[in-house]
Amino acid sequence: MPLFEAFRLALQTIRAQKLKSGFSLLGVFIGVASLIAAWSIVNGVNRYMTEKFAQTLYGVNTFQLRRRPMFTPNVPDSVWRAWRRRPRIKFSDAEAVSTALTVPVVTAWQSSENVSVFYGGKEARDIELTTASERYFDIKNLRITIGRPFTAQENRSGVPVAVLGDAVAKRLFVDRTPLERSVRIGGIAYRVIGVVEKQGSVLGFPLDRFVVVPAMSPAQNLVNPPGILDAFLVKARSETEMREAMEVAEGVMRSRHHLRPNQDNNFVLDTSEGIQRFWAGISRILVVVLPGVVIVSLVIGGIVIMNIMLMSVAERTREIGLRKSLGARRRDVLRQFLAESAAIATVGAAFGIVAGIGLTLLINAVSPLPASVSPASVVLGVLMGAGVGVIAGVYPASRAARLDPIAALRQE
Amino acid sequence: MTAPALQAFRTGDTPLPDIVILTHKLTRDYDMGGEVVRALQGVSLQIRKNEYVAVMGPSGSGKSTLMNLIGCLDTPTSGEYWLNAQKVSDLDDDALARIRNKEIGFVFQTFNLLPRATALHNVELPLIYAGHGARERRAQAAHALERVGLADRMGHRPNELSGGQRQRVAIARALVNEPSILLADEPTGNLDSTTSGEIMQVFAALHRQGQTIVMVTHEHDIAAHAARVVTLRDGLIATDQRQAA
Repeated sequence: MPLFEAFRLALQTIRAQKLKSGFSLLGVFIGVASLIAAWSIVNGVNRYMTEKFAQTLYGVNTFQLRRRPMFTPNVPDSVWRAWRRRPRIKFSDAEAVSTALTVPVVTAWQSSENVSVFYGGKEARDIELTTASERYFDIKNLRITIGRPFTAQENRSGVPVAVLGDAVAKRLFVDRTPLERSVRIGGIAYRVIGVVEKQGSVLGFPLDRFVVVPAMSPAQNLVNPPGILDAFLVKARSETEMREAMEVAEGVMRSRHHLRPNQDNNFVLDTSEGIQRFWAGISRILVVVLPGVVIVSLVIGGIVIMNIMLMSVAERTREIGLRKSLGARRRDVLRQFLAESAAIATVGAAFGIVAGIGLTLLINAVSPLPASVSPASVVLGVLMGAGVGVIAGVYPASRAARLDPIAALRQE
Repeated sequence: MTAPALQAFRTGDTPLPDIVILTHKLTRDYDMGGEVVRALQGVSLQIRKNEYVAVMGPSGSGKSTLMNLIGCLDTPTSGEYWLNAQKVSDLDDDALARIRNKEIGFVFQTFNLLPRATALHNVELPLIYAGHGARERRAQAAHALERVGLADRMGHRPNELSGGQRQRVAIARALVNEPSILLADEPTGNLDSTTSGEIMQVFAALHRQGQTIVMVTHEHDIAAHAARVVTLRDGLIATDQRQAA
């Protein structure tokens, strides 16, 4: 009997015994669905981390000169205290680094503090006020949808103009235009000149609750003491040039902080690498734990299929006897039952894939995790499903193949 | 009413070409929990092409064992079995499966149709194992169903057919590979007398068309349809008689 016939027969049997087949493919179904969903989460977050996250929070080929790293997971108190004792970054530091840099770069100042922004009777609470220089928008890749960013001239003169994040504009102005309206930030009136394109969120943190104003404008007093900034942003054209610029910046800062050669830096040149290393650690754990979960459910699925197949062989003993009397060889019977168990598992895997993709879309919709289906996981899901089916089918199928046709035909 | 003349067969001979079935001192022992049951104790039987033979005998006489051996479902403990001048008594499992597929058409007391398959598909089964293509299978199966008068029932499932119709589907299945022998085991055992008569008419028609038929039965009026009656008793042939059809 050709393999194709065996599979057609298998699918017929599955259709005829929907309930039983349904139960037997449940294990593989769950295994494959969880494989796809979990892989999608890891894959999605991975892509997010490497592509978008770095861009949004740091910018491409960009480093930040800071007192301490921006992203600081799992830091012991002692390290925190040491960081707090470090000298802060001054305007003059930024200017010195800027002058010393030899590769072409774009730079910006940045300081941030959480504030409330008012318009009329409305309040937007917990808004990140960023005082920055004019190239900040380029470095952070923030596109202005309405209006314009502020200019270098406006920055230097400290003109009280503000560019709003999408969420702030929506909160305060709903669907009216915010342009040329006057909002109050820390009691100071700011004229809205632009709104930034919606950024969405990263791992559940909203990225649109901010307002950007010129670094030299009056609100700088809300953010930092005079002459101090949180970060000096330097964007190079390539990774190599960024490394070069970082070396220069390191030298300048070490000499400005009078560090001896044996002393560690008391500042950081922060890039997206740190956060990516952190994520790589998490995804390594997932990559170790995940297959465990999937393997357990596939093994259970295999055992279930094997049991159902043994039952099926017992129930269909007469049929096997008949087929043998009509000329089915051992290998024909073996093939028939192997195909059946492989088909059950593959159908289970197929439903699992659909459910896994559905689950991925659901996770995307209701949770902050940016899940995205990986094609490799779909292929692997099908292969694993079919593989489990074949392995689980070997024992029942060989039992069926070994049946004595006379005894089998005699069975009631 | 004389016993048919046997070829004087000795071990090492080859049967004459028109002898479809030749058994020579066939024995079959069963080991029943340490105790050896000698079901056949040396059966020598020859059946020519286009014979219609009924095998009779009380239960325990060895007629089922003989059927299984003739049908290549079992192998003898000793002795020889030649089918169409081919010695099959020492073939292996797969070779026997092939012989069953090509040379033997089984008709069972309980029909043994696949309940979820249509009549046509049931009849196609032997052709699947013979490796025929789908189109050819369908044509041959349809033809076999026409031969037993079920051209209009091809798409029906067994539970949509009467007992007589089911047995005719089984006969079509037995015929579809054009086997050397039609081997029927109590073919009317599950049928009423009217329907039994119909099935016997089908057998008679096939016999007229040249089919060799071997039928096991314990009913004398069914055996009466055959041209020759072989009676077994205690694992040996007791009588072997030709009779007027």
